[in-house]
Amino acid sequence: MKALRTIATVALISALSTAALLPAQLRSTAPKLHKAAAANVKVQLPNLPRFRFENFTTANGLPDDHVFNVLVDGNRIWAATENGLGMFENGKWKTYNTQDGLAHRAVLSLALDKRTGDVWAGTMGGLSRISGGRIDSFTQLNSGLSNDVVYGVSVEGEHVWVATAAGASMLDLHTNQWSLFNERNTPMFEIWVYGVSATPSKVYFAVWGSGILEYDQQKKTWDKYDDPDGETEMVLFKDQGLIHEITTSVSYLEKDKILWAATYFGDSHYDGRRWHNFLTKDSGLPSNFTNVVKGVDANRAWFGTDKGLAYYDGVNWAVYRPSLATGKPEMTIRDKNGNVAPVEVATAPAHNYILGIDFQGSDIWVATAKGLSHGIHQP
Amino acid sequence: MTAFCRFAVRIGSLAAGTAVACLLAAYNWPGRPAHASAASGLSGERLDYASPVEMLYSADGTRLFVLCQQSAEVRVLDASTFKETKRIEVGRVPRGFSLSPRGDRLYVANSWDDTISVIDTRALQVINTWPVQAEPSSIVEDREGKHLFVANRISNDVAILDPRTGVEEKRLAAGRGASYITPSPDGSKLYITHVYPNPTPHRTAPQSEITVVDTQRAVVIDRIALTSVAHGFHVSFSADGRLGVVAGLHPRNLVPLAHLDHAGAFTDTLTLFGKDLGAPVEIPLDELERYAVRPFGIAITPDKSRIFVTCGGSEEVTVIDVQRLLRYVHSHPGSHAQDLAASANYVINRVPVGHDPRGVLMSRDGTRLLIANRLDDTISVISVRTSKLISTIPLEGPKQLSVLREGEQTFYTARYSFQGQIGCANCHIDSTFDGLQWDLEPDGFGRDIVDNRPIEAIKDTEPFKWNGGNPDIPTECGPRTEKYFWRAENYDGLTLTDLAVYVRSLPPRPNRWRLPGGEMTTVQERGRVLFNRGVDKFHNPIPEANRCSYCHSGPKGTNQKPFDVGTKKSTDDSGLLDTPQLTNVAITGPYLHDGSANTLEQIWTIFNPEDKHGRTNDLTKDELNDLIEYLRTR
Repeated sequence: MKALRTIATVALISALSTAALLPAQLRSTAPKLHKAAAANVKVQLPNLPRFRFENFTTANGLPDDHVFNVLVDGNRIWAATENGLGMFENGKWKTYNTQDGLAHRAVLSLALDKRTGDVWAGTMGGLSRISGGRIDSFTQLNSGLSNDVVYGVSVEGEHVWVATAAGASMLDLHTNQWSLFNERNTPMFEIWVYGVSATPSKVYFAVWGSGILEYDQQKKTWDKYDDPDGETEMVLFKDQGLIHEITTSVSYLEKDKILWAATYFGDSHYDGRRWHNFLTKDSGLPSNFTNVVKGVDANRAWFGTDKGLAYYDGVNWAVYRPSLATGKPEMTIRDKNGNVAPVEVATAPAHNYILGIDFQGSDIWVATAKGLSHGIHQP
Repeated sequence: MTAFCRFAVRIGSLAAGTAVACLLAAYNWPGRPAHASAASGLSGERLDYASPVEMLYSADGTRLFVLCQQSAEVRVLDASTFKETKRIEVGRVPRGFSLSPRGDRLYVANSWDDTISVIDTRALQVINTWPVQAEPSSIVEDREGKHLFVANRISNDVAILDPRTGVEEKRLAAGRGASYITPSPDGSKLYITHVYPNPTPHRTAPQSEITVVDTQRAVVIDRIALTSVAHGFHVSFSADGRLGVVAGLHPRNLVPLAHLDHAGAFTDTLTLFGKDLGAPVEIPLDELERYAVRPFGIAITPDKSRIFVTCGGSEEVTVIDVQRLLRYVHSHPGSHAQDLAASANYVINRVPVGHDPRGVLMSRDGTRLLIANRLDDTISVISVRTSKLISTIPLEGPKQLSVLREGEQTFYTARYSFQGQIGCANCHIDSTFDGLQWDLEPDGFGRDIVDNRPIEAIKDTEPFKWNGGNPDIPTECGPRTEKYFWRAENYDGLTLTDLAVYVRSLPPRPNRWRLPGGEMTTVQERGRVLFNRGVDKFHNPIPEANRCSYCHSGPKGTNQKPFDVGTKKSTDDSGLLDTPQLTNVAITGPYLHDGSANTLEQIWTIFNPEDKHGRTNDLTKDELNDLIEYLRTR
């Protein structure tokens, strides 16, 4: 059925003139950097945040250069790496690993319980709680956790919500009861859950190949958001719904009632009624392949892609990365008209492949495939 | 009643088994006590003993509050004359209490009611009873009055309540069996101990901790490791805050315990921490052929010259010279738990007191020390200067000893064991279990490792021992104990009978997973169906003996028969094991006969590959979770 749907959609797309159907803004394609430079026109750049990036690697104490996630915990920074959980405090790194009780050395996800100060780490071998230096680990063998590969974790009140390779799980910290969510009790067609964002009202799951799943905490009901174009990689009607089924990350802002969603084929913004999608061809997104999205408010969000870190302020875009061509630090700004201009910078995130983002006041921390970056905000 | 009659009553109680009225009456413990007549005290009936466990002075020092566990009340005494002026009824099995910073409220943690009694200290009456959860065992309000901290023994955490409303705001993960909270002298931190060891890999040394909480932020900021300590009790600080002391039990459960040798089963220790020490140091209280069994309460004199430690099993207070202690520790770096010659360097006296001394309270002028003797209903008064007993103050109540009381005294005392090293309560903390595995019996090194089974509601679950070798409690508690543990005098017939009556009377603590009225949640009901099923998911009949409900049948979850569930290890002589009861199975881990399963899940995810321990390998993870949620209601 899926295959048929895909073929039909492809045929339909081929038969139509995309350019004729889509609005002018969506027809803008390549960045207009060359136009601005050629005209030698002084473009008034939007005021977007600028950073001086300090990068951490194993050379200065990071447990491993492959950093899957980062978490800001006051003055502490937690780095989820391929070889241990790093904690940066007072200028020094401390590494937690399996000998300390960590469920697995490869740490994929992090969440802070702001009430207790406990840090929750999703790993390739289970879920760990780091509390006052003690690590308690929950696995599919020693607890009710559905699967040991924990891609995402989010803490809300007494509940720890977990995204795993075999469905989602929820641990009630009062009763120690686990609840499992999968194809048997939710509209989750695939069970490969990549991300979770929990708030008192709603919990959202990014399900790889199954769109976005929404759990209403008050009504105890489930809802599901899919790509109206099915599993194709084409976009028939751009803002009709979720941009793609292969979702990787969700960020729900309860105050604003806004959902930001990342997929490997573009990103989405949902306000409860309308969807707005972002693709490289019609936005400042440096790549459709997005690993992580972190919403700031209803209009602003940060995106971690395979081609750099991107910021969207509701109108304009900024991209921070080592140049894809030269590797030199690069920052570009794209205004509302699609004009792209470079900003002279001396530093950039450690790598283009961005996997995690967190904020420390006006600073930003970025997990990359080759190190952890601290973006120190520049006035 | 003649001695013969007394003997006959006791033996009669045992011989008649479950039908004997006295035992049935006893089985009601620890509900609010029946006010039995004095004459009934020699049967199994429960008398209205006070059982003091903790004490506090009122803010102005004129009153002494005594927390009485068995009578479930706070008794108010004149602090000078010890004359009782008031009794304030609280909840079941109160375990800890404290004054608010202004002294206007007395908070009581009622461990079996899951409530906090709030007492107005001027009106001397309960003004609020707040529902909490999970066996609250102690309670402390921070100095600013922002938070109330409650140690929960069942959920292994510290609940933080709003002190105006009692509403829980959050919980902090503490050690397993979190029980006792002590503020630092400046009030900025709380130190929480726990009575059961934290989970560790199978057959490794037990680990405990002192959980350190920042009172302002109400978060855990540190965990002081108590390596090889299985059970932690009270903490005390010197007035300058530089020396912290915690009482603990250091078991030797990794080596064979065929007979008691010198400190063969436990070392009774203090762990010292704080700026006076640097790294924490564990020091023994025991000395060769003299043991300070089950240290519990601690007081340090205001001038930091002496430490006093109540030792429940040896029924005495151990007195330590602090300066000698610090000199010794500094000149002998490292911990000394195994060195029974060490204590001679700092233990300067041992003061005999009553049965099972628990709480300790320094008088406000620092001249006297009060000791709550739980199983005597007395308060011992000790001179701080001379370290001698000044007087013993009896609390009002029955003067005669009931069979149950004598049995309980026997259970808690160490006087029967070789050199007075241990009592039953060493391994059955507060008459429960210890979360440890032991290498018992003279069957060879590392043979037949056994997990210590809980003894709550043990009545009608015979036979005993994992191999089912003991047909009844008198056999379990008598010849076996005498032979393998005590190596000393045998119990006389009356003492053994008292002990057996007491053990048979132990009730289960309330089950926190069970809904009122016996109803079940949807999840629990699904699990119950799995527990009772006779057909697997492939529609194949499950043989009767391979159903959960066959072996774990009856009200206590045991058919009292042996069964091989496929868990025999190469070190086990037999795979045939007594079917354990399921009473409060949610909290009695680790599991299986040798404690190799740290969690209920592991019983089936790891140790049931051939479906010998019930047909479970057809279940999905969701269904296994359902089954476990049902088991938690047992």
